[in-house]
Amino acid sequence: MATFKEFRNNVKPNWCPGCGDFSIQAAIQRAAANVGLEPENLAVISGIGCSGRISGYINAYGFHGIHGRVLPIAQGVKLANREMTVIASGGDGDGFAIGMGHTVHAIRRNLNVTYIVMDNQIYGLTKGQTSPRSAEGFKTKSTPEGSIESTLSPLEIALSAGATFVAQSFSSDLKQLTSLIEQGIKHEGFSLINVFSPCVTFNKINTYDWFKENIVNLEQFPDYDPTNRVLAMNKIMETNGMLTGLIYQNTTRKSYEDLVTGFKQEGLAKQDIMITPDQFDKLVAEFK
Amino acid sequence: MISQLSWKIGGQQGEGVESTDRIFSTALNRLGYYLYGYRHFSSRIKGGHTNNKIRISTKPIRAISDDLDILVAFDQESIDLNAKELRVGGVVVADAKFNPTIPEGIDARLFSVPITAMAEELGTSLMKNMVASGASWALLGLPLEVFNKAVEEEFGRKGAAIVEKNIEAVKRGAEFVLEQAGGPLDEFKLDAADGKQKLFMIGNEAIGLGSIAAGCRLMAAYPITPASEIMEYLIKKLPKFGGTVVQTEDEIAAVTMAIGANYAGVRTMTASAGPGLSLMMEAIGLAGMTETPLVIVNTQRGGPSTGLPTKQEQSDLNAMVYGTHGEIPKIVIAPASIEDCFYDTIESFNLAEQYQVPVILMTDLQLSLGKQSCEPLDYNKIEIKRGKLVQNVPALEGHDLFKRYELTEDGVSPRVLPGEKGGLHHVTGVEHDEVGRPSENAVNRQNMMDKRLNKLNDMYIRDAIRVDAPHETPDLLIIGMGSTGGTIDEARTLLSLGGISTNHITIRQIHPFPTKLLLPYLQKAKQVIVIENNATAQLASQIKMHAGFAEKIESLLKYDGNPFLPSDVHKACKELSLDGNVQRV
Ligand SMILES: Cc1ncc(C[n+]2csc(CCOP(=O)(O)OP(=O)(O)O)c2C)c(N)n1
Ligand code: SF4
Repeated sequence: MATFKEFRNNVKPNWCPGCGDFSIQAAIQRAAANVGLEPENLAVISGIGCSGRISGYINAYGFHGIHGRVLPIAQGVKLANREMTVIASGGDGDGFAIGMGHTVHAIRRNLNVTYIVMDNQIYGLTKGQTSPRSAEGFKTKSTPEGSIESTLSPLEIALSAGATFVAQSFSSDLKQLTSLIEQGIKHEGFSLINVFSPCVTFNKINTYDWFKENIVNLEQFPDYDPTNRVLAMNKIMETNGMLTGLIYQNTTRKSYEDLVTGFKQEGLAKQDIMITPDQFDKLVAEFK
Repeated sequence: MISQLSWKIGGQQGEGVESTDRIFSTALNRLGYYLYGYRHFSSRIKGGHTNNKIRISTKPIRAISDDLDILVAFDQESIDLNAKELRVGGVVVADAKFNPTIPEGIDARLFSVPITAMAEELGTSLMKNMVASGASWALLGLPLEVFNKAVEEEFGRKGAAIVEKNIEAVKRGAEFVLEQAGGPLDEFKLDAADGKQKLFMIGNEAIGLGSIAAGCRLMAAYPITPASEIMEYLIKKLPKFGGTVVQTEDEIAAVTMAIGANYAGVRTMTASAGPGLSLMMEAIGLAGMTETPLVIVNTQRGGPSTGLPTKQEQSDLNAMVYGTHGEIPKIVIAPASIEDCFYDTIESFNLAEQYQVPVILMTDLQLSLGKQSCEPLDYNKIEIKRGKLVQNVPALEGHDLFKRYELTEDGVSPRVLPGEKGGLHHVTGVEHDEVGRPSENAVNRQNMMDKRLNKLNDMYIRDAIRVDAPHETPDLLIIGMGSTGGTIDEARTLLSLGGISTNHITIRQIHPFPTKLLLPYLQKAKQVIVIENNATAQLASQIKMHAGFAEKIESLLKYDGNPFLPSDVHKACKELSLDGNVQRV
């Protein structure tokens, strides 16, 4: 069985020292090993942004796509070969601005893909513009007077879109994050894991210290029931979206792959593609 | 006895025009006639005039006709709008309910049949299409049993009682009109057909069928006219082959999902029309850059923007050839017949994998939706070529990665699918090295650009240009693409009667442009006319740009939403040949 080291490669990330993304990379590598994957059975699909580089830093099959389209690509991979474990990841701009449409529909579709958002409340790669996750009043290069749009709550949106797995974590909490990613991988359906990942270069407000002060860990509530959707929604609102842990899981809804008529367990990519003369004749007969 | 005639049915959208046409033409197909259909519709579901025209012939035909022999009309509007097409002595079969009249100046016979009344007698006005089609079938003097069989198939799943009622409706319509006319009309008596079984389908169905034959097992698409029939066909069929169709949230999702699935090893396509194609542009570049096979069908309709969504046009050529930023290799193929739609779809999937490039299969509305006879399709011609797809590659050492983008002589690198132990590599739209890692190294950049862009050097598809050149030095070389070929050929027959010799070339490989193949024909022609359904002569521009000869290339353009008629082409070619210039249609 592969250890987390086997999910490492020899590429030095070009992230700024101290960037939250490093820990997310480590957590994915650990989680992959912990659930017993081999590198060749894991596909990491990533978006464009500082965060999007992650697929190049993990020893697995990696696909670095285009801005905002990580989820359709990831879903395509999963549909083609459901035997692969598919992790999609990218920034908050990638997933909640340009890619928001895909995020909502990937949630509705519920393919077995684990989506890890590296949420730094800002655009890192393009050097510091506002993101849908930025707080109101947040001053950036593109909002010199402070952001005047409301902050998007991906957790609430996910729940209302019918998500079957919603979690949130903080890149510094490697233990919790690793465990949530493992649970996400094992979850039979779409899992959204939003991870606070401080951008040390462009976000001077939502810093490590700021998160430590403001985060509410669900462990504080021993009675919390993550299968209760109403409770989950309330908790998100009560904590202003700052809670971490497994927020909601629905294990009764089947994944998309399991609901598609005629879809086999064996990856479609492995199945024979030549049709037989008999099958061909039947298809043609309809046009006579 | 005649060898061909044209029949049209018109009414309000949602009134049964479609189903009447379907039953009527299925029955004719059973008798072995060659058929060519044209649908005139607007982008409303209920209401609005719609009509379907079928040309019926004992010989192969691939064009609509200028004129009309029989018009079946559910309302006066259908008569008013279409009567001018009727040839002298033509026939109108119309519903007595609206007191039909033939517009002044039109010499046609009117059969006023109580279509609605008869249908209501049988229980529902829904059956008026059966009464109407029975009446027009009877006028042709064709065997009623064959017609009834088609009715049975259309309504069979609704139960025997419904079938019987519909057959009764057909009978009543037939009897009524025969009594009025005193028997079948002699002037509409068609020669017997060759009786050989043909297929009868629209281009979109041939593409759907071709994709299954090609091993396509996934489709990701967003509905749009005139592409939707492809996904509707495949969602019925793919589950039987283990696959499925995903209706995505938009075309960006459709194309990127297709890229993901192709990367992971399943032949996957998407299909759309202009607006969707525009949304796909960035992703087409991703496929080109990452050398991921991809098949996109673009069924052209009237542009720009929402344009004329239900009308004929061929104006996306530039978008397909040039679309996406930067420079990538790409193949654009234009089938010119239903048979082409089938075989070209298979070839598109093969080329996409052999060259690891995006392939756009372009049709136009008339080819996608016009129902036509098609020669039997040959199972033995189905070939699956997956290019340099490799399996069971040796294990990697240490931190090595598989050279997915290895620099090779032909520019095509071995491709391995996710899941292979020895195949780990990285894929990115960022410029990358041989294992797929981002690289800004200038030498690598140049090597990689050259590798990608040279892949298609001297690549020719089957019949890259289709040549019908009976003359060594014709008066006129006519060049077209897509659905216009049949119309051009009919015009050529007329031209040759007038002493003008013509050759005809259909360009099927739009990109990379098959310059070398075309040159000799351009050289020898006295004059060249390029015929296309757009306003800016996009095909002619390609020819002039790649092959030259601007001084002898003229254009015939039509962009009013309608396909060319043989008379349009005949007139323009005659003028050009006699006066040296062309008036716009
Ligand atoms: C279509 C398109 N528009 C804009 C860009 C430029 N761009 C690259 S990354 C990015 C946003 C980065 O922010 P985020 O997704 O939050 O990722 P981060 O860099 O913060 O990890 C933008 C706007 C692009 N690559 N593609
Ligand atoms: S700019 Fe911000 S997000 Fe990007 S690498 Fe640096 S710290 Fe990380």
